[in-house]
Amino acid sequence: MEKVKFIPDTNKSVITIKNLKKSFGDLEVLRGVDLNLYQGENLVVLGRSGTGKSVLIKVISGLLKKDSGYVHVLGYDMEKIVPKELQYLRRKIGFSFQNSALYDSMTVRENLEFPLVRNRRNLTRKEINLAVEDVLEGVGLLQTINQMPSELSGGQRKRIGIARTLILRPEVMLYDEPTAGLDPITCIDINNLINEVQTTYNTSSIIITHDLTCAKATGDRIVMLLEGQFQRQGSFDEVFNTDDERVKTFYDYNFVK
Amino acid sequence: MFLQLYICELIYYIILASKNRTGTKKAVISRRLDTLFSNLNDVFQFLMRFFRETFLPPYEFKEVVRQCYEVGYKSLPLITMTGFITGLVFTKQSRPSLEEFGAASWLPNLIAIAVVRALAPLVTALICAGKVGSNMGAELGSMRVTEQIDAMEVSGTNPFKFLVVSRVLATTFMIPVLSMYAGFVGLMGSFINVNDEEQTSYTTFFQQAFDSIVFLDIFSSLTKAILFGFTIGIVGCYQGYNSSKGTEGVGKAANMAVVVSMFLIFIEETLIVQVVAVMR
Repeated sequence: MEKVKFIPDTNKSVITIKNLKKSFGDLEVLRGVDLNLYQGENLVVLGRSGTGKSVLIKVISGLLKKDSGYVHVLGYDMEKIVPKELQYLRRKIGFSFQNSALYDSMTVRENLEFPLVRNRRNLTRKEINLAVEDVLEGVGLLQTINQMPSELSGGQRKRIGIARTLILRPEVMLYDEPTAGLDPITCIDINNLINEVQTTYNTSSIIITHDLTCAKATGDRIVMLLEGQFQRQGSFDEVFNTDDERVKTFYDYNFVK
Repeated sequence: MFLQLYICELIYYIILASKNRTGTKKAVISRRLDTLFSNLNDVFQFLMRFFRETFLPPYEFKEVVRQCYEVGYKSLPLITMTGFITGLVFTKQSRPSLEEFGAASWLPNLIAIAVVRALAPLVTALICAGKVGSNMGAELGSMRVTEQIDAMEVSGTNPFKFLVVSRVLATTFMIPVLSMYAGFVGLMGSFINVNDEEQTSYTTFFQQAFDSIVFLDIFSSLTKAILFGFTIGIVGCYQGYNSSKGTEGVGKAANMAVVVSMFLIFIEETLIVQVVAVMR
């Protein structure tokens, strides 16, 4: 299902990245990335495994430090940000991990409560329960509230992972391979959930994926990361309407032509 | 305490490098020294962060209590068994030597001194290094490699405070408690043997046992147990929190947590015994 085209307001950039470089030892992963994420849009970052897609969002969330370049997130310069500001900023950024990263030793309820009680210390028990149930209902998994993560399916874990980030009402969502390892039907559910999150919570999102179905279903704009830089940018059709062999190969293998 | 370990490691590296006759001697020493000092710096930073986070609010009281339950209550069966057997066997093995000198009646005194001064804290610490230390290394290690620690960090919470501070405080509080308990159980084991062989009463045995213990014995025993507990917690958490390289890294973290903490426990034991001997 292709989504309705969203036209972003290019004056309202929530994330601005200029000439971002990041290396691990001798391996240069990001070689001068430029990016703008506009208010309310879903931006898909496509690329093969190991091209630095996940590194990009880890730099945005402050999990990794950049080597050079300019990264500006929701008004904060990541170069000059102090720990207290970073902690505050992270409440506004939701990060959905590739393997969901649910806390194994906690139930679904405790997983969702964990960030909430530590970031909103004045909430009553009733308010916490209400917030947890509300967000779980939003992802359609209220019935799993007392289950352990090990008792959930891959798709359910992804949904709970997304719910855990939504409980803090983030302004920006970062999805790391949201459909990786899921069956096609569950992938469609996750794609729909990503679109629902965009409209319900009015989030701006970066979706890291190599799944073209996911890219087509969720992306308002698509960028293609090749050899450490964004090579193609635009709508799905604009990105793949090219003679560039690397892009064509990526498209062909995704749809098994 | 980590210093001793690294000095040993340094000597080992230098010996290893001097044996290398392929012509890259300097490069090997340089690379290994770099790694050594980088590791030393990481440990120092980790320790400093622990002390800073311990005193800065907010506090994770609930998690500290939960960890105390995990470390203390769940180790009780193992400590009971090992403490009891230690006391019983030590008494049984010491008896023939004392009987040779006609000093079997001194057994309660001997056992009390041995158990309170050395055996109780040492046995407790070694058991807990194996049980609790490896558990911490593996648990935090797997949380690291499955990005659970990153998930805590990006949700605006402090994983260090929740995971590391609570665990280190729990081992620091609970190992002394377990050590005292192990001492009591060890003396009970000893009493059973003495009572079986000589029909000594409970009151006589414990009166004789406590007569030979002075305040310094209990004080040094508790100090050791506190230090051992801190060592087990900090080493286990350091190895787990900084683990990498997937499942292999988790196994390595659990293994290193046990090996390093046991090594440090013996070094600390040796040093404290020297200090107490001077004070005595």
